[in-house]
Amino acid sequence: MTELPKTQADPHLRWIGRNAPRVEDDVLLRGGATFLDDIAMPEALEATFVRAPVAHGLIRGMRLEAARALPGVNAVLAFADLRAVLTTDRIPLALPAGGLRFDVDPPCLAIGEVCYVGEPVVLIVANSRRIAEDAAALVELDIEPLPAVVDPVAGLEPGSPKARLDTPDNLVARTKVDYGDIAAAFEGPAHLVRETFRLNKGGGHPMEPRGVLARYDALEDRLTIWDSTQMPHRAKAMLVASLGLSEHQVRVVTPDVGGGFGTKAVFHPEELAIPAAAMLLQRPIKWVEDRFESFTASIGERDQVWTVEAAFETDGRLRGIRGHLRYDHGAATPYGIALPFNAATNLIGPYVLPAYRMDIDLCLTNKTPAAPTRGAGRPQGTFVMERLLDRAAAGLNIARDEIRRRNMIVPAQMPYTIPVKQRDGSMMVYDSGDYPQCQSKALDVAGWQDFPERQAKARAEGHYIGLGLANYVEATGRGPFESVGISIGPSGKVVVSSGATAQGQGVKTMLAQVVADVLGLEPASIHVVVGDTSATASGLGAYASRQAVTAGNAAFAAATMLVDKARKAAAELLEAAEADVEIHNGMLQVKGVPGHGRSLQQIARALAGTPGFALPGNLPPGLSAASDFMTSGLSYTNGCHLAEVEVDPETGGVKLNRYVVVHDCGRMINPMMVEGQILGGVVHGIGMTLFEWMRYDAEGQPLTVTFADYLLPTSDVVPRVEIYHLESPTPLNPLGVKGAAESGTIGAPSAIVSGIEDALRHLNVRIDTLPLTPPQLRRLVRAGART
Amino acid sequence: MKAPAFRYHAPRSIAEAVALMSTLENARVLAGGQSLMPMMNLRVAGPDHLVDLGRIAELNGIAEDEHGLRIGAMTSQRAIEKSLLVATICPLLAEAIAHVGHQQTRNRGTIGGSLCHLDPGAELPVVAAALDIMLTAAGPTGSREIAFRDFPADYLTSSLEPEEILTHIHVPRQPPRSGSAFLEFNRRPADFAILSVATTLTLDEAGRIARVAIAVGGASYRPMRLDAAEAALTGQLPNAEALADAAAIAGTLPCDGDDLYPADYKQDLCAVLVRRTLTIAASRAQENAHV
Repeated sequence: MTELPKTQADPHLRWIGRNAPRVEDDVLLRGGATFLDDIAMPEALEATFVRAPVAHGLIRGMRLEAARALPGVNAVLAFADLRAVLTTDRIPLALPAGGLRFDVDPPCLAIGEVCYVGEPVVLIVANSRRIAEDAAALVELDIEPLPAVVDPVAGLEPGSPKARLDTPDNLVARTKVDYGDIAAAFEGPAHLVRETFRLNKGGGHPMEPRGVLARYDALEDRLTIWDSTQMPHRAKAMLVASLGLSEHQVRVVTPDVGGGFGTKAVFHPEELAIPAAAMLLQRPIKWVEDRFESFTASIGERDQVWTVEAAFETDGRLRGIRGHLRYDHGAATPYGIALPFNAATNLIGPYVLPAYRMDIDLCLTNKTPAAPTRGAGRPQGTFVMERLLDRAAAGLNIARDEIRRRNMIVPAQMPYTIPVKQRDGSMMVYDSGDYPQCQSKALDVAGWQDFPERQAKARAEGHYIGLGLANYVEATGRGPFESVGISIGPSGKVVVSSGATAQGQGVKTMLAQVVADVLGLEPASIHVVVGDTSATASGLGAYASRQAVTAGNAAFAAATMLVDKARKAAAELLEAAEADVEIHNGMLQVKGVPGHGRSLQQIARALAGTPGFALPGNLPPGLSAASDFMTSGLSYTNGCHLAEVEVDPETGGVKLNRYVVVHDCGRMINPMMVEGQILGGVVHGIGMTLFEWMRYDAEGQPLTVTFADYLLPTSDVVPRVEIYHLESPTPLNPLGVKGAAESGTIGAPSAIVSGIEDALRHLNVRIDTLPLTPPQLRRLVRAGART
Repeated sequence: MKAPAFRYHAPRSIAEAVALMSTLENARVLAGGQSLMPMMNLRVAGPDHLVDLGRIAELNGIAEDEHGLRIGAMTSQRAIEKSLLVATICPLLAEAIAHVGHQQTRNRGTIGGSLCHLDPGAELPVVAAALDIMLTAAGPTGSREIAFRDFPADYLTSSLEPEEILTHIHVPRQPPRSGSAFLEFNRRPADFAILSVATTLTLDEAGRIARVAIAVGGASYRPMRLDAAEAALTGQLPNAEALADAAAIAGTLPCDGDDLYPADYKQDLCAVLVRRTLTIAASRAQENAHV
């Protein structure tokens, strides 16, 4: 591994660690961004989908004639029509996962059976979206309704109806996390806590919904897809496989993307249906998801039911946790078993858990398929652990901060190995971090010690305030790799390309900052190309809080290699020893002789070659370098959140008065952007706790399909979030960075709920369901007042 | 989420608008569009004709008359919110209108549009019920006056005839020794209310409640007046005990509930918000009595 130069020894270390302005913002703030729907292609047709109106049923017939006859309609396509250009019935999405009993890969349009409301059944292509929607209203689907599975507990009971007729049963996967002597942990005198937790479904809800524009060029026999996706290379792989094309025939480009949050990571059926139709019709076709589609057809997650028990020593130290996690996977398996596995393992958090057994069952249901959404199962696991700790603290009469302190992994134990195998086959290893200091700093900042006094005073004035506390870790920087190429041509422009992708989080700035740092240039002068499969041969993209770790380090290595080559060429051109050449402000110059040097552009020109002349120093042509950063393990970010809340016991209303985060994601490339990520994550966590709830009725009909019914946290309900940092660099990569994208979400539900319980301690209110609605809290208050 | 095709009409006078509404098939009046346009984009509403009242000058404006205020139906909610005249003559309306949607929607949304749309979570119909306001509607045979209590006909439906247009709202002046209050409970400040209460109260010279009106929104398809609680309070001193008794009566109001907000929860809210609005309104009335 390349050693990171020391700050003071190297004059070029000027950009990493600075709050550099984002290179993305100028165009975004001026309204000049090009989102999917902004792409000007007048010849493109527009599409809409007729979607399943019932959660489960058999398609007995469909009448498409009236829709086909409508003026302005180009095509009305069912699966059989698209099959002509497809290699297989199902999209080969399956991720290998040990516990999966069978894979459920979705088709791009329903084949015979519909398994969730919103599943695409018929694709309509018309001169405008409006006409397509008119035509959609004329399509008659003859669907024989089947019983719907809407609950992951009932769905696993013997005799439950099946969510899909093409599977053996609803138990799509069974796995477990199991280590230590769990039976012994529950033997003998111990303080036991038993709970059931129910966490309900939410979503990513990017401001810009998904969208696809596909153009097939018959002359070149090439397909170009503009896709609002987090993972263009994976989308390309799916298209190559499903359409039977070769890699050179498919290019996937992501335009500016207005948020992802996981929603755009998984390849969805529409991303195949639109390109397939574009090939079939030989016309460009655009589809932009509307909000109703976003609620019903875009993945979401969080539905989990946990029955758990924990054994504690009487001094509050954990002996073991065991239980059963049942997880609602929706109607397909677009992302393996990642969600419940993340949930179950993230439960452990920053604590010493000597023995652990969690049995995990994944249930297929007739809901939109589940796949990772910001936090990806981890907020749920953390919620369970933090609730158990609060319960034990109350039962053992130990302060909430103290019980956590007694269980915490301390820095001397780092790296800390937990005997759980992860999906890359490695053990779970916490690489670095100082959990006790993180909590201690958060308590100080939030005024934990003085709070009981403030609480009593407020109570005397009729105000019920509470302070909640939560600790968590997050496994970030998931591999296996990310690639970055840097090239400087005769123009002198520095072009950085990467398989990383940008959804608004500042990936371009991050890469520009790292490269600028090594080359001694301004980040704004560096042109970053991300999200284009023709610019980078291989890549993975945005998931698992990974891009600063993977692409950031690849950029660092590539930039370092490029400077090495430039130094060699400059030494030749300057007739100096290589060791005497240094880079300063983009100039390669002889040490101690300022002004005697060559610019990167001059070197790039020299290395571009002149017909018949030798290249300087017989170096290989071109001033460019490429690197793939391959991860050696996950780097663990951690944090401590404190939420001060005020509860109105008469209405069940909850107000957040103050929010403190102490966060450690190792070395920060751009603290301002890290804070943006944390803040956004906290807001998503506030939503998950108090507002966001994708509700279905007993027949599987979605009840929340507009933002009037599905409540996002607005600026009115989000307090100022105070963010402080510790920096424990990870030893796992040269930059010492860890991910920060999801962390904010993970701690928020636990901290807020702990605060609410604290405010209502006199009523012994115990919260086990998320989101917490005012009527639910009011019910708990009433029950508490009766006892 | 694209509206089906429709024809757009922009009449310049009330007579022209009424004529259009009398002749066009499947026509809807477009006021501020803050509810109708989303409903059309969701294809919940599909009129063939939209008659936009936005260019009819006589429908816009706030004027003082002998009874109080005469407000054009197309007056924007934001104009009412910013009006000193409204704040002085009808503080209850001024207080409630700040809860209507967001500033951006109040710029477009109109008082008449909100009253005609009759969303159970809307604030303005609750104020109208508490104040017993009168409405003027224009139709093919001329104008008629409608008491607000007769205005709601069904869920999201007023008693206007299809060819009629609401033209003016008459808001009574707040009498001396009076106070009012508006409170609502919702999940986020700009949302429609889960339950809202508008209360106005007048004291006699002895400080007893001479007249009180309590209107509740969100309990039913229409705002409900709490006649029993009003009767129990009349003649009483507005002390904590009397207000608590009224709140207890309010807590028995039959409420439409659902899985998310059950009826008994709404009754809890009703009791709490009635007690709180009465407390504020009584205190304001006492302040106004001493001035």
